Amino acid sequence: MKISVIITLKKDVLDPQGKVIHQTLEGMGFNDLNNVRQGKYFEIDTKENDSKEAKEKVEEMCKKLLANLVIENYEIINVQ
Amino acid sequence: MKSSVITFPGSNCDRDIDVALKKFGFNNKMVWHGDAELPKSDLIVLPGGFSYGDYLRCGSMASKSKIMKSVINFANSGGMVMGICNGFQILVEAGLLPGVLLRNKYLEFICKNVFVKINNKQNKYFKNIDNEILEFHIAHNEGNYFCTQDQIKKITDNEQIAISYCNKDGLIEEQFNPNGSIKNIAGILNKEKNILGMMPHPERMIDSSLSGEDGSLFFNNLINNLK
Repeated sequence: MKISVIITLKKDVLDPQGKVIHQTLEGMGFNDLNNVRQGKYFEIDTKENDSKEAKEKVEEMCKKLLANLVIENYEIINVQ
Repeated sequence: MKSSVITFPGSNCDRDIDVALKKFGFNNKMVWHGDAELPKSDLIVLPGGFSYGDYLRCGSMASKSKIMKSVINFANSGGMVMGICNGFQILVEAGLLPGVLLRNKYLEFICKNVFVKINNKQNKYFKNIDNEILEFHIAHNEGNYFCTQDQIKKITDNEQIAISYCNKDGLIEEQFNPNGSIKNIAGILNKEKNILGMMPHPERMIDSSLSGEDGSLFFNNLINNLK
């Protein structure tokens, strides 16, 4: 079973990398941008076949390692 | 006084701190991150470097290594634990100190001398130290201290802000903030004041012919406080 997770920075946390990407995109002519935020994406392939169990385990992984909840949010976006 | 320095894969200031601790009288042992047991120690140091190549988030992998269970137990039972630079990042990722260290505000790796003001001397790290301001060295890419509004209130109320970036006269202002840290924070303590995390490297200031002597003041004072 494959589970996909995205990790994003919380709204109030400064994202200097996102800011530079934003500026670069503007420099390339993409002028209609309001904001760019950078995040992370994980694809976790697990032996667990029960989707509920697998999702719970990935949630635990997010809380314990993949995300730092002081600054980041996680979201499981796909289970297949 | 016995100290232990933990070496993680990618630590690169572990030998520098070993030299510094020994120079000022500590009987220091190097401990591998994969060990389970800590030697009997009066002080544990998590050194600077790039543990696990800074993968995922700086310090996140190292904070889950085998030895960290013992370090966490030692710290929670009142043991002295100091994290320098990457060691500070490991301490926050391990949950031993509040907050997190983000990418520097201006996205550059900073390597220079800075002045820090000691805000709190009611702890074994800075008690009795004569100076109010110390000149230390910083070298980091992720030293931008950040925490929630609730946390900043708590650490301020509990006098946990150990040192702040300032100018040579001790003025703590945004223009002397190298990395964007909240309140110019360079180092914080836990509530009980036995755990210290700081971005600056005192171990790089122990020889006047190479750098400066403010690290010598720090280590001399520290060992006397622990006796």
